Amino acid sequence: MTPAVVAARLEPSPPRRRGPAGSRNQRTIAWLMMLPAAVLIITFLIVPIGLTFVLAFTDAKLISPRPAQFIGVDNFVRLFENGTFWASLRNTIIFTIVIVPFQSGLALGLALLVNTKMRGTNFFRTIYFLPLVTSIVVVSMLWLFMYQPNGLINSILARFGIQGPDWLGNPATALLAIILMSAWQAMGLHMVVWLAGLQTIPADLYEAADLDGASKWQQFANVTWPGLRQTRTFILITITIAAFGLFTQVNLMTQGGPLNATTTLVYQAVQTGFRQQQTGYASAISLVFFVLVLIVTLIQRYLTRDKEVR
Amino acid sequence: MTEVIAHVADRTAPAPLEHEAGRTRPPVLRRVVGMAVRIVAALVFGLPLLFMVISSFKPDTQIFADLGGIQAFLPVGALSLDNYTGVFERVPFATFLFNSILISVLTVGLGIIVNSMAAFALARLRFRGQKLALGIILATLIVPFEVMALPLLWEVNLLPNVDSLGFYQGWLDTYQVQIVPFIANAFSIFLFYQYFDSIPKELDEAATVDGAGWFRIYRSIVMPLAGPAVATVAILMFLPAWNQYLWPLMVTQSEAVRPVMVGIDYFKQLNVSWGQIMAYASIITVPILILFIAFQRSFVNSIASSGVKG
Repeated sequence: MTPAVVAARLEPSPPRRRGPAGSRNQRTIAWLMMLPAAVLIITFLIVPIGLTFVLAFTDAKLISPRPAQFIGVDNFVRLFENGTFWASLRNTIIFTIVIVPFQSGLALGLALLVNTKMRGTNFFRTIYFLPLVTSIVVVSMLWLFMYQPNGLINSILARFGIQGPDWLGNPATALLAIILMSAWQAMGLHMVVWLAGLQTIPADLYEAADLDGASKWQQFANVTWPGLRQTRTFILITITIAAFGLFTQVNLMTQGGPLNATTTLVYQAVQTGFRQQQTGYASAISLVFFVLVLIVTLIQRYLTRDKEVR
Repeated sequence: MTEVIAHVADRTAPAPLEHEAGRTRPPVLRRVVGMAVRIVAALVFGLPLLFMVISSFKPDTQIFADLGGIQAFLPVGALSLDNYTGVFERVPFATFLFNSILISVLTVGLGIIVNSMAAFALARLRFRGQKLALGIILATLIVPFEVMALPLLWEVNLLPNVDSLGFYQGWLDTYQVQIVPFIANAFSIFLFYQYFDSIPKELDEAATVDGAGWFRIYRSIVMPLAGPAVATVAILMFLPAWNQYLWPLMVTQSEAVRPVMVGIDYFKQLNVSWGQIMAYASIITVPILILFIAFQRSFVNSIASSGVKG
């Protein structure tokens, strides 16, 4: 969910009425009701976001007897000289660039598939949704076994005479293996979101297209695809931001290896900020991550504005 | 009055997702191909989970022996509960499970109260700074948790704490550090806000004429009408709370407060027993899958509503 999407939904808000009780009383009540959420959001959301910007320029340690010192851009200099950082930035971006079209495209295919009137639609939808309800921790452990050199996938491949690779042990296939299982897990989510988008397209548009003799493909290109514009933006932005946060699979399956082939920004932030307790340095990595998210949000805003002008 | 409420309840209940488009039936060939693709997709999504549950009843030697064929997915051979008893011997599983349930239930329960109160104030009361407060809450939606996880870790380590021995500093290794930061949730506030905004404000006026105060209106009129919103928020808060991994990995050290997802790490150390891993994965997954299948419509609608509803 992004502010742009949210803001678009908020606009048709009806004019507020003055409450029947005195407005001073109303204000007090309002602040009292807001208070718990406000305190929690400030403490656990706004302060940590602000801290990211401050700590990134200090030598703060997780546990340290002396207070943190301001050290300017030293963390960033160290970061940019570090090969592991560049590997993690590269992997994060590759992971995102590959998984976004792959996962959203297949999810759209599934959605179109279960959107037609056919026997057992409910059953199939449930099955496609199951991996999503399964925790990514469980999914990681399950696929860790399936990806073993002598595991389920290679045993099945062997039945067809194919010698499968050491999926997670080979730098050439490790990131690909993680992409495949991540798409497998989350596809049900985006299928459902696409489905909800498909429901918003009025049926009479399809009827009109049928009367005009449009082929299925023409219907998709001229009715379905334009009708999914908002859904598309939403899906692309959420998959992208979620993909930037890749951590659990890497931590459980490869620990960033082999040869840094699967290390990611969040994995590096946890390695430095938690395992090595260098909070300042980890905050610098988090800040890079934050900048990536901001860039994507801005691009998305730019693209949606552009489309509305046309 | 009850008539009004019944009418409102009808009107504001989100329409159930009906995916059947109800258009003309596709020709036979397309139906056959469509069905075949659906079945293949169902196997891809369903079989790994079936494999997980089936393998949890088999000894490791048999799991590997069965891999090459269809029996990997069938309950055949020396089935036993040994892996399950092994799980309980190897880790304090009952403690982990209790911790996860406690953390999830408290996060969801407190979250529903805190977020709905804030949303009520934002949607139905008038006060200065209202627009700004809503804007700030929505703006925080784009920041993924992973960005601020490390600064937040640093922050909670400095927060004041109290136990039977007196005051001390640091929230690490407690229950509250796994609950309190996740109670207030910008997206939940937004969902409640959207829902409350759709309930006619005339109800408030009628209630005020009857002498009800604002808190009474919140508790006795608006909340009882907000069942679907409560269900959505409950589901959307429960899944991440139950599935949390990164955060408890960093903030808990002792087994007394660790949740089930972190507990799976214990099985990767020393002599790995895949059967036990599958048993552990099954126990923490199957109850959620059953809940999902039982409340499927609410689950799917909730998750779709986080997409394009509105």
